[in-house]
Amino acid sequence: MTTTVERPRSSGPQLGAVGWMRWGWRTLTSMRTALILLLLLALASIPGSVFPQRGTDAARVNDYLQANPTLGPWLDRLGMFDVFASAWFAAIYLLLCISLVGCIIPRTADFIRTYRKPPPPAPSRLSRMPAYTTVNDVATDSALLDDAEAYLRDNRWRVRRDGDAISAEKGYLHEVGNLLFHLCFIFLLLAVGVGGLFGWSARVIVVEGKGFTGSLTQFDSFRKGRLVNPDQIAPFSVVLQDFSATFQESGQQAGSPRQFEARALVSERPGKPVTEQEFQVNSPLVLPGVKVFLTGHGYAPEIKVTRPDGTVIFDDAVVFLPRDGNLTSTGVVKVPDVEPGFALQGLFLPTASIDPVQGPISTFPAAQDPQLFLGAFTGDVKIGGSVYQLDTTDLDLIGNQALRPGQSWELPDGTSVEFVGFRDFANLSLAHDPGRWLALIASVLVIVGVSMSLLLHRRRVWIRLSPQGDTVAEVAGLSRSGGGRVHDDVREIATMLSKRES
Amino acid sequence: MAQLSNAAVYASMLVYALALFGFAASLAARRVPLASKNAVLVGSAGAQDVEAPVADEPGRRSGNIALALSWLATGLLIVGFVLRGLAAERFPLGNMYEFSLGAAIAVALTYLIASTRTDLRWLGVWVIGAVLLTLGVAVTLLYTESAQLVPALKSWWLVIHVSAAAISGGAFTLSAGLIGAYLVRQRAEDRGRADSGLASRLPSADRLDLLSYRTIAFVFPVWTFAVIAGAIWAENAWGRYWGWDPKETWAFITWVIYAGYLHARSTAGWKGRKAAIIGLVGFVSFLINYFGVNFFATGLHSYAGV
Ligand code: HEM
Repeated sequence: MTTTVERPRSSGPQLGAVGWMRWGWRTLTSMRTALILLLLLALASIPGSVFPQRGTDAARVNDYLQANPTLGPWLDRLGMFDVFASAWFAAIYLLLCISLVGCIIPRTADFIRTYRKPPPPAPSRLSRMPAYTTVNDVATDSALLDDAEAYLRDNRWRVRRDGDAISAEKGYLHEVGNLLFHLCFIFLLLAVGVGGLFGWSARVIVVEGKGFTGSLTQFDSFRKGRLVNPDQIAPFSVVLQDFSATFQESGQQAGSPRQFEARALVSERPGKPVTEQEFQVNSPLVLPGVKVFLTGHGYAPEIKVTRPDGTVIFDDAVVFLPRDGNLTSTGVVKVPDVEPGFALQGLFLPTASIDPVQGPISTFPAAQDPQLFLGAFTGDVKIGGSVYQLDTTDLDLIGNQALRPGQSWELPDGTSVEFVGFRDFANLSLAHDPGRWLALIASVLVIVGVSMSLLLHRRRVWIRLSPQGDTVAEVAGLSRSGGGRVHDDVREIATMLSKRES
Repeated sequence: MAQLSNAAVYASMLVYALALFGFAASLAARRVPLASKNAVLVGSAGAQDVEAPVADEPGRRSGNIALALSWLATGLLIVGFVLRGLAAERFPLGNMYEFSLGAAIAVALTYLIASTRTDLRWLGVWVIGAVLLTLGVAVTLLYTESAQLVPALKSWWLVIHVSAAAISGGAFTLSAGLIGAYLVRQRAEDRGRADSGLASRLPSADRLDLLSYRTIAFVFPVWTFAVIAGAIWAENAWGRYWGWDPKETWAFITWVIYAGYLHARSTAGWKGRKAAIIGLVGFVSFLINYFGVNFFATGLHSYAGV
């Protein structure tokens, strides 16, 4: 290779390492980069709404992977099912944050510097300014400038006067708002980070009459931030006393839920008094360090299984998971530790009806005609796996029966299955997010800042006694933040000057 | 009561359709004198806004009739909206149908109030067209019987959140019309053909640019507020203020794109056309959030009766 020919565009000597870093920093913190990063952030969020996400709906991700065996794993490798936790998404917003910090610091310093000094003197050619007008037929003496200065000061302009000209500036709050807004954006991200590291959430299903405490073993699912100690979850206890649901009875939206309400006995920690509290959807139960939300409900049929010799091998309320909006629900009973193993698979219908195509199905979510359809199995009942599903491969079906509350069913081997009754259960979700107050404060300041920034405008105006004639004064203005407000200012000042009594 | 509400909505659609004809006729007859090209600049002291309508400008009469009809139609629509709320005994922003009525009112009112200050009759075709289209979609595809709310929607935060979103929807629509007009006019000015065709019936590109900026500068804080109010409500209902549900994701995307628009307007090389296009993309993203997400995605937000 020969020596490189100097490229026509390059300006001056080679950049050293420091030069490159400086160039990189300047590029990263430039407005153009910020803009491109913003657009990239928008673009990068789109797959998060197109593909199912593990964070919100892991089951649908699995369905998707099964339905798309070739494409799915590739998408997975690219992070398409965890967009908002993926490295590339993080890369974009971290760059944006750095850019933001690199932008705020010099701008703040700049702002403080300009605020300390009076506005700069009037430029020589006012007529070049975007807003410009002349006031004719006025006495152009210093009394005019005195009046103009008084007027400007009354209207909260910062004024500088030298010789035959006045410079004035206003709208610094635009800048303050802008800086506040950009800064609080960082605090907002910090708050999200705090929540992610120190927060946790859990889900529990509780049947009426039963309860749970703030410990991992009691939760059906649990997610925690990296810095949460799972042994130190809040030590509360909650017993669900009563749950009630009402539904729309008629019309197009018949069956839509109208009101869910739960009543619970609550103790903040062992030794503390037990109090009765009510909570609803949108109005959670608030305990120290944790909020308990009511997110759904269903039915738990009470089933009692008695052997011919009178031993009761099962007697409990079993959670049946809803399959549709009318709460057609399915569930199982497993009794592995008897010989031979015994199991029930069931369908609970709060308002039973037989559909010619779909078979037994519920037509209304409230219990107007509750029925329990059961299949009984014997054989090798496996424990493990989901408590809501029964693996029937090694089992023999020994009978099917529909039962109403209070009815019993005698199996061929003499075992009796009684549908004692049913209770409601509530889906509760628990959340602890120590970042939420910071997030709230930062968001409020984001709104305040962005409103200040967009609705107030920083602008300069100048007034000069024209050297060309005795009776002409020039008024000019420059907006430093868009919005066009300065044209009105110039017009108002000109009007004021022309109306002034001389 | 619900029937009365429907009747009022249909009546308002009829009146809007008449207004649309009026605006179209007015636009067809109108021609803005070229002198107003630099209307943003200030004239001599005390001069009136150069854009002030010339008394005998063609199309003025039909434009004014159309404006009056629009006020009437909006009044009818508000009556329909209020009756709907009375019928269900709640704030009438509980499903997509009602949200569409609210957004249509917001578009129309924003436009009508703005046009008491400056002459915006040339924009009427777009605005009233958008209102009619929104209402048309609402009464055909989105109609839901008036009913009470599901428990998850019973919250004051919902009312606040959805009202702010409806107002934003109105202003976003307006801004898209202004940006579209800006692009048409800018192109014509660049080619020196601003005195013929559709472009000649529009204000100057500078003015259109300023008007669209002002609209977005107004709506951006409102939208920010709508998103945050939604987050507060979500925290109260589900225990997390942000969960990247599809509706939340698109609200975020919309917000970021409009932030991009605001930046682009003060970035050299992005001013003008490019910024305008970002503004239009923002509107498309709002529409995706509004329609697309409800129909195609499943998420916590998809229970609102379509
Ligand atoms: C987190 C991403 C960001 C968001 C959401 C955001 C949002 C905004 C918004 C809404 C405005 C409008 C205010 C106005 O027009 O007066 C604005 C203005 C501005 N932003 Fe950002 N910004 C971000 C990042 C940045 C970065 C990284 C920089 C630095 C390079 C930056 C520099 C500016 C400047 C200089 C203005 C003032 C422009 C003007 O006064 O017209 N922003 N920003």
